[in-house]
Amino acid sequence: MSLDRRNARTLARILALTVLAAGAVAAYAAGADLGQTQKQATNWTAIGMFGTFVLITLGITKWAAARTKSAADFYTAGGGITGFQNGLAIAGDYMSAASFLGISGLVFASGFDGLIFSIGWLVGWPVITFLMAERLRNLGKFTFADVAGYRFAQTPTRIFAASGSLVVVAFYMIAQMVGAGQLIKLLFGMDYLYAEILVGSIMMMYVLFGGMTATTWVQIIKACMLLGGATFMALAVMLQFGFSPEAMFAKAVEVHSKKSAIMGPGALIKDPVSAISVGMALMFGTAGLPHILMRFFTVPNAKEARKSVGWATTWIGYFYILTFIIGFGAITNLIPNPAHYFVGGDVAKGLVGGGNMAAVHLAGAVGGNWFLGFISAVAFATILAVVAGLTLSGASAVSHDLYASVWRHGRVDQAQELRVSKITTVGLGIVAVVLGIAFEKENVAYMVMLAFVIAASANFPVLFMSVLWKDCTTKGAVAGGFVGLITAVTLTIGSASVWEKVMHYPAGSAWFPYDSAAIFSIPAAFLTIWLVSILDRSARAAVDRAGFPAQQVRSETGIGAETGGGH
Amino acid sequence: MENDLVTRIEGHPQYIELKAKRTRFGWWLSLAGMIAYYGFILLVAFDKPFLAQKLGNGVTTVGMPLGVAVIVFTIIITWFYVRRANREFDTLTEQIVKGVLK
Repeated sequence: MSLDRRNARTLARILALTVLAAGAVAAYAAGADLGQTQKQATNWTAIGMFGTFVLITLGITKWAAARTKSAADFYTAGGGITGFQNGLAIAGDYMSAASFLGISGLVFASGFDGLIFSIGWLVGWPVITFLMAERLRNLGKFTFADVAGYRFAQTPTRIFAASGSLVVVAFYMIAQMVGAGQLIKLLFGMDYLYAEILVGSIMMMYVLFGGMTATTWVQIIKACMLLGGATFMALAVMLQFGFSPEAMFAKAVEVHSKKSAIMGPGALIKDPVSAISVGMALMFGTAGLPHILMRFFTVPNAKEARKSVGWATTWIGYFYILTFIIGFGAITNLIPNPAHYFVGGDVAKGLVGGGNMAAVHLAGAVGGNWFLGFISAVAFATILAVVAGLTLSGASAVSHDLYASVWRHGRVDQAQELRVSKITTVGLGIVAVVLGIAFEKENVAYMVMLAFVIAASANFPVLFMSVLWKDCTTKGAVAGGFVGLITAVTLTIGSASVWEKVMHYPAGSAWFPYDSAAIFSIPAAFLTIWLVSILDRSARAAVDRAGFPAQQVRSETGIGAETGGGH
Repeated sequence: MENDLVTRIEGHPQYIELKAKRTRFGWWLSLAGMIAYYGFILLVAFDKPFLAQKLGNGVTTVGMPLGVAVIVFTIIITWFYVRRANREFDTLTEQIVKGVLK
């Protein structure tokens, strides 16, 4: 096979591109908020470390390519990932650059408020463990539609599930791609355009050649690097204060402009409805993200599925405690030294490179230039790995749900399905690059939140009701899913973060007054599923309800579940 | 799956036991997780001064250990479920599989 040779050739091209891009860059140093970053001086240490990461991961892709033969290998790594490995991979998917740089930046800016957010990102995991993980593994094959549509009419359910997946993937992806471009200007001193092409092409190679095996290992390596780097930073900070949180907090209160206000809840949560609504989006959205759900099909059985969430929760929780310490470490290390880290040496003008640079500057402060390069490379590798996972889940929605089930009614052989998923991967890679470039100057801050709201309001209710409620029918699930999707998108457009900040209507004109639509859109979806299902008297409804016992037996015991190997 | 097998498993005493135990355990733990989280969020929403109140003479506030406790609690209940499921639920499942598949 020429796969290896092709791999090597593409690799050489990418390296050439990296060197070229780096060489072509002029040096600039100025600050801005994260929306639009300024290109910084070329950081050769960071570029070198990132190059090393890319080389190692492409080596893994080559190894994985030899193991990726069937559709099951491509979508789910042949079900051969252990619970511990999968836990790290899930944690890797979840610890995006936005949560690392964003949350530490939030803690740096307002202290305690950052903690409120971290907790929200974490608490969805136990619910997944208790109610979803094992059942997902027992019922699923390649995509969450396999689970949601287990006993339903395939065509409508798959069309809904693929729409839900693709919309979530699209918003999540745009946020990541724009973040990649802004980060590379900031961290590497390279052009935005090169960042887009670099992320797009490397990510495509992971997915195209190595499938789920490569995507999982890239994510595991990245998770270890990120956890290792963050642990080092947090330990370095705690060492400065003799491992006394009180001493660290005391110093932070002394130097921070908000003084003791950073020790309690501040302006982040403006009203109770928003607080609960954001909480619901984060908690239930996690259980509806397609690129997270697909990871439950990569382990051999329900026991490993449940262990993977145990490990994922542990690593993610640990990581959020670290980012909290890192945020406070940034306060105590950076603010007393304004000449180095702040625009014009003035704390009031903000950090060089914007508020999300707190963790990166702290890396330089506690570990020197070498470590700064390492953390920069990790931040970029993070985006690359997350985008690869998103692309794979998008590709499986198109090839497995839309092409194989809806278009060909299941009458399709593995080789054809695999070919379609590879073509889709290339297509999605190109779309990602184009969207990344198109949205360069747009405000994309709301997009990750919107992805969570949609996942919580469309994918999660359908999945939950179809697995756990015996009277749920095809019509109910599809109607409720689309109601959740449409309500979530419509209300988000009406909220201040889109209406005023993206569509530029005057301040105060937003017609949806809260930060998140979830508190309305989640109940809307559940109510619709319930109402349509109980009123459904069609012949199909009878089939749907009659299918519940068999589904339940399989979901509870795993008897008849996919083994993950060849079929 | 054949209907005959489904009927046999559905009537299996261990299956009924597994279903009841796991469902009850799962819902109770979910409830515990939600109370911890939404309890914290409601404090943030309605009683900010409580969270901002100082512990002793230092600068550390009530909210800090409480917030970290929610994170640790989340991890603990997850493993609590995993351990019981690994021991008890998997044994029951094995018994069902042996009983019906021979």
